[in-house]
Amino acid sequence: MEHTHPTIDSANQSKVATLDLPELYQCVHCGLCLDQCPTYRVLKLEPESPRGRIHLVKAAADGRIELNERFKEHIYLCLLCRACETACPSGVQYGRIAETAREHLGPPGSDLTRAVLNFVFSQLLPYPRRLRFVFTLLRIYQSSGLQRITRSLLPKKLREMDALLPVVPRSLFRPDSNAHLAIGQRRAKVAMLNGCVMPLLFGEVNEATVRVLQRNGCDVIFPKSQTCCGALNIHNGESTAAKQMARQNIDAFLAANVDAIIVNAAGCGAAMKEYGYLLRDDPTYAQKADRFGSLVKDAGEFLAGLGLVGELGAVKMTVTYQDPCHLAHGQRIRSQPRKLLQSIPGLTLVEMEGSDRCCGSAGIYNITHPEMSRHLLKEKMQTIALTDAEAVVAPNPGCMLQLCYGAQQYGPKLSVYHLMDLLERSYSAAETASQK
Amino acid sequence: MTRNALINALSAIVGDRYALVEKEDVIVYEQDGSIFQVMPEIVVLPANAEEVAAVVKLAQQANVPIVPRGSGTGLAGGAVPAEGGIILSLARLNRILKIDLQNHIAIVEPGVINIDVTKAVSKDGFFYAPDPSSQAACSVGGNVANNSGGPHTLAYGVTTNHVLGVEVVLDDGQILWLGGEVPDTPGYDLCGVFVGSEGTMGIVTKAIVRLMRSRESVRTLLAIFDQMDRATQTVVDITGAGIIPAALEMIDRTTIEAIETGAPVGFPRDAEAVLIVEVEGLIEHTERSMQLVRDICTRSGAREVRVAKDETERQLLWKGRKGAFGAMGALAPNYYVQDGVVPRSKLPEIMQRIAEISKQFNLRIANVFHAGDGNLHPNILFDMRVPGELDRVVEAGAATLRACIELGGSITGEHGVGLEKKAYIGLLFNEADLEAMTRVRRAFDPDGRFNPAKLFPTPISCGEIRRQPASIPAGLWI
Repeated sequence: MEHTHPTIDSANQSKVATLDLPELYQCVHCGLCLDQCPTYRVLKLEPESPRGRIHLVKAAADGRIELNERFKEHIYLCLLCRACETACPSGVQYGRIAETAREHLGPPGSDLTRAVLNFVFSQLLPYPRRLRFVFTLLRIYQSSGLQRITRSLLPKKLREMDALLPVVPRSLFRPDSNAHLAIGQRRAKVAMLNGCVMPLLFGEVNEATVRVLQRNGCDVIFPKSQTCCGALNIHNGESTAAKQMARQNIDAFLAANVDAIIVNAAGCGAAMKEYGYLLRDDPTYAQKADRFGSLVKDAGEFLAGLGLVGELGAVKMTVTYQDPCHLAHGQRIRSQPRKLLQSIPGLTLVEMEGSDRCCGSAGIYNITHPEMSRHLLKEKMQTIALTDAEAVVAPNPGCMLQLCYGAQQYGPKLSVYHLMDLLERSYSAAETASQK
Repeated sequence: MTRNALINALSAIVGDRYALVEKEDVIVYEQDGSIFQVMPEIVVLPANAEEVAAVVKLAQQANVPIVPRGSGTGLAGGAVPAEGGIILSLARLNRILKIDLQNHIAIVEPGVINIDVTKAVSKDGFFYAPDPSSQAACSVGGNVANNSGGPHTLAYGVTTNHVLGVEVVLDDGQILWLGGEVPDTPGYDLCGVFVGSEGTMGIVTKAIVRLMRSRESVRTLLAIFDQMDRATQTVVDITGAGIIPAALEMIDRTTIEAIETGAPVGFPRDAEAVLIVEVEGLIEHTERSMQLVRDICTRSGAREVRVAKDETERQLLWKGRKGAFGAMGALAPNYYVQDGVVPRSKLPEIMQRIAEISKQFNLRIANVFHAGDGNLHPNILFDMRVPGELDRVVEAGAATLRACIELGGSITGEHGVGLEKKAYIGLLFNEADLEAMTRVRRAFDPDGRFNPAKLFPTPISCGEIRRQPASIPAGLWI
């Protein structure tokens, strides 16, 4: 009996060895990921599903299809939310497959978009000071009234992108160069990631995080030579600068000799926990990266593990919780943030349906794929509305920006908080009450 | 009609976005949940019954085969376009059109995901009974085509017991209803004929399904065994004692290894086999049945019996069980699952035979199955890239099916015949049987346009645009 090999086609392109990942062979095509994938749920097209994309990468690796624009569109329509990883019974690490494929393809979009992205990834994100400068210009653009004038002149697409721009606050978060010392008994020494946009757009979240950590007996330091985590690069096919940023962070944080590295942005936390994979072929850094990864903790994960101390005051509010994808799917952290929220007196947590479904933010996806992003956001706002919550909690800056935009565009009008915002608010409520 | 004219006409019906012809689009439709691959020429995703009918009419004019596809989770190659042609995906027909709780029915489109039917009615205390392991992804239409079962088949029967009527598109594009909202329509049970026809008679565009009342109480236990024969004997003992559990599932050591490696749920890796036993009904009944089942398990040699404390623990047991097939990827790049059936009294014997086959062919076989109704699922683990391995897999698969038939069983319980078992259907039916079935099929689809080269051990016929199915493992082909 003679059998034809099922994966060989007659019209062969050349094989692509860098795409021939072991993860591809862990997928047995069962399809359990399909209905968990946001883009498949919307389009119902198999090429826009995790199983389909894995099949495409496998076919490309085998030289059965070309790595053409069509292929690239499929690979980049993915939000990289990794909900499929949660659904996969085989434990296929889809994120690795998609990231490797993107690394091979380079950044998404037209030549112009790619040039802009490459500039941002390699010339802006790694340099906090340059980034701060850009955001200062942005603030001036917004506050001078220039934005109002240009907005009416911009073509539709740019106008929509302009509307996505959050208002850059006047104050930004600048950490102390000395340690922020523990309040009360010292329980741990931690180092915190300042992040790229977090200190510029959500400075108060970083402030709240530091305060909550201090109140829970942590000395908090910000290693000076730290930089952006590189997640945006990794997710968009840029790996050279990303690896350099990872090395820089590893050196900065490991030298600090701390019990944990605290991250309050889900996307950054997931990327930093996975530095080991990013630098697997770097003999000098591979091991260090693994050690670094094991020290990285999401702020909520860390505090829930440590156990909150100190008096929490009432925050009378009904909230719903949006699982950031890279927290729920990327880091498998679901119960800890909920546990912390429920420890706040007076606060009611109402679950929404599909809280772990992507809101459409996905890093820069809302800019590169506005149509799909808005579709998902609209659905998200509708399910949030059903909870009658007055606020939504999402411990990740990307989700926070997206949900703010959603509340503004589609309603319901509600506030958006980071988990650390509410914890700090609860602590200060207790302080105010005791002073009375 | 030229290929281009056909493509343009199809695009005009379903829209450009939903008529796929580029290789980077259609290649993902070359496979379903099975190991077969044949590239389709065109994939269309109509939005409603009228568009389906228009596509079917066009296919008739152009004389090309049509292969209906649901979620593509099937395990027998049923959605693989054996003769090329058009894949007609029903994924976009995904609306629940009507829920009538008073009469315990729902009308759904074929692309509705199985679990979404239950989700839509669970808050009102109802559920849709057929629960294939892939229920989080598989479609009602696919279930109707394959007459799918699941762990709870033991108590509730298979899909055909839960479908009262279907709206279908026939080969000339005609849309009509078979069966209806009221049970027991007079005349031929054509709805019954359609259920399980594997897409060879026409295309289901709506289904009237039965909704059932949720039971007052459900209890589930995990019995852990150090010896396989003790576990199989326990199955015989439980049913022999007159208890019919809602589900009675077996998972062997190799499958536990896959589940615990892929997405762990806490099954003991050192056990030879575990049984999941579920009883349901009124509280008094379930408490007593659970006690009886526990006693039988212990008496029959279970090392440990764990009763799920709450719904979370229960769901975890089922998550492990239902993820079992998908988890095979944690052990090997490919798996070939069989679907043989034996009378449950023969379970100890067939498990023995499967162990021997595994040794004889030097292949790992992971067993996870519906023990209560003797529906086996031996998963033969292998690596397609290793030359010659597929030959042994095919032979080992045939050997297990022959063993099932020798013990008085059948070659498929619920996965359908598809491409995979058409070579073996002759072992079960004689020529007269097959001829009778062929005549029924021809009554609906005289040209053999719908899902050709499936189900029957017939030679391959030619459509106008078709591709030599060169990439099908030849041994699995007639």
